[in-house]
Amino acid sequence: MESNHLIELENITKEYSGDKALDNINLYIRNGEFLTLLGPSGCGKTTMLRIIAGFTMPSEGKVYMDDKEVTHVPPYKRRVNTVFQKYALFMHLNVFDNVAFGLKLKKMSKKEITNRVENILELVNLKGYEKRWVEQLSGGQQQRVAIARALVNDPEVLLLDEPLSALDKKLRKGMQVELKRMQQAVGITFIYVTHDQEEALTMSDTIVVMNEGKIQQIGTPADIYNEPKNQFVAQFIGESNIIEGIMLQDYMVSFKGNVYECVDKGFERNELVDLVIRPEDVDIVPLGSAPLSGVITNVIFMGVHYAITVNCNEFSLMVHTTDLVPVGEHVSVQILPDAIHVMKKPKEVSEFEIVMDEEKE
Amino acid sequence: MKKLSAFLKHSYLGLVLLFMYAPIFILILFSFTDSRTMSKWQGWSFGAYEKLFAERAVWVAVQNSITIAIIAAVVATIMGTFAAIGIHSMKKRNRMLVENVTQLPMVNPDLVTGISFMLLFTAIGFTSGYLRMLIAHITFNLPYVIFSVMPRLRQSSNRLYEAAMDLGCTPMIALTKVVIPDIMPGIISGFILAFTLSIDDFVISWFAADGVPNISIYVYSIARRGIPSHINALSALMFVVVATLLVIVNLRSIKQEKEAEVQARKLRSK
Repeated sequence: MESNHLIELENITKEYSGDKALDNINLYIRNGEFLTLLGPSGCGKTTMLRIIAGFTMPSEGKVYMDDKEVTHVPPYKRRVNTVFQKYALFMHLNVFDNVAFGLKLKKMSKKEITNRVENILELVNLKGYEKRWVEQLSGGQQQRVAIARALVNDPEVLLLDEPLSALDKKLRKGMQVELKRMQQAVGITFIYVTHDQEEALTMSDTIVVMNEGKIQQIGTPADIYNEPKNQFVAQFIGESNIIEGIMLQDYMVSFKGNVYECVDKGFERNELVDLVIRPEDVDIVPLGSAPLSGVITNVIFMGVHYAITVNCNEFSLMVHTTDLVPVGEHVSVQILPDAIHVMKKPKEVSEFEIVMDEEKE
Repeated sequence: MKKLSAFLKHSYLGLVLLFMYAPIFILILFSFTDSRTMSKWQGWSFGAYEKLFAERAVWVAVQNSITIAIIAAVVATIMGTFAAIGIHSMKKRNRMLVENVTQLPMVNPDLVTGISFMLLFTAIGFTSGYLRMLIAHITFNLPYVIFSVMPRLRQSSNRLYEAAMDLGCTPMIALTKVVIPDIMPGIISGFILAFTLSIDDFVISWFAADGVPNISIYVYSIARRGIPSHINALSALMFVVVATLLVIVNLRSIKQEKEAEVQARKLRSK
């Protein structure tokens, strides 16, 4: 084991009465990184967090922290603290006592406790709120108390379970930036659970995309966005056009009757593949100036851009562009080599892909 | 017609209150006159109160009632709270089963409960009347405590318990420092309910206690020969004490609400 692996999960499986919430998970988490577990609800991301926190025991596998096995160590003996989804603040205590809760259990001197609580409240911008009752605070403020209550204990790892899901959109954006700032200020590892891909892309150093109890892909936000490993990741992160194609040879792929240059290689000759084309990588050009043509069937104004559907015989392409093109116009669509990302076809057909195929038809 | 509806509108609540409180006011009124029967007003007098304070048997009964109510309520509250926490953490099907079984005695007629206590105590040869009454009271209070604590537990989040452990509490400390404070309102209302039921009880006590009097048994036993005036005085005093307690409790909660409001307003204006 390398020394900067703070946490390692080894062959973790968790079953609930026959259902596998987690299926043979292997993952290491580096010291000081901001790692996000991303996936739809029911994908096992919260179960994974609870196993790291010690609230849930895995059915199989081992958890290591600092190279020591902690699989069956109870939560109160782990140097991990959690920020819960609905905060789980202690309503019978005021802000100061909520934050000081963990320190008092450690039998610290009163002066030290006051010092540390003051410092951490300053970090989360809640100075002067010490005497307030929790129920008198707004959602965003309660959120900060929950973060302060966890961070004040100097954990090696902070676990955050969808902490922003109860806030409104604007507040959420602000808190994303602040969380990142806090993480950099204290320099500890954050493990963050969310189903919101935008949140994950904004804050993370590493994203772990999960579905149906399995890890789909691990990578930096840019990796995950630009080089999705499979259909699920491509669909879940951002919007994408997924098109079936044939890899003719290295750097050359054909789909829907046309041959395109691309930047991918290493596939078998004439291998059946999936192509991801991000809507923002496609350009609408005058009719005839590119091989692929179609008619515009739908235009939706999204604020910054228009989401335009181009129907090119048999299949539709989603295009994001800042130029308005009216519905009904015949246009061509330009797809440059680096706009095409080639993925291997999945070996086994899972339920998810069947649903996807139906949607395409 | 208009007049009638206006009259009804303004007097309806008054009529309801009158209906509810008239008997008690008559009782209090008649505690200030000295007559052997309640039918005749014989002028103001504190004779009933003098007699009341001179009558030793009354105070034995009062002492029994109060000590039993306090001990029974405390013991039932502690036992019931832990039972409720245990039931709450059970798996769903078992929980429903056990919860229903614990609630059953509440609908059981007092008469049945009382007689079964009498039979049980006689069968096992347990003779101490005071302890018999105490045990009976703890037992019939238990379901009510569980009944008041359970909803509060359902409201409380399991995450609180986890949060406490996350911050370094052992399960036992998490229970005392976080879970119990969180369900405290339910525990307090369970205690008050238990205390009230216990101090009120006649039927179960009568059968279970075997001759040891509490207030209601004492009143019943001498009322068979006509109600003497000092019983009016005792009843009036009990009413005043209970009403005063109620007012204090309500004033306190009003004050707390106001404080919370003031704080909330301060917060908003910031």
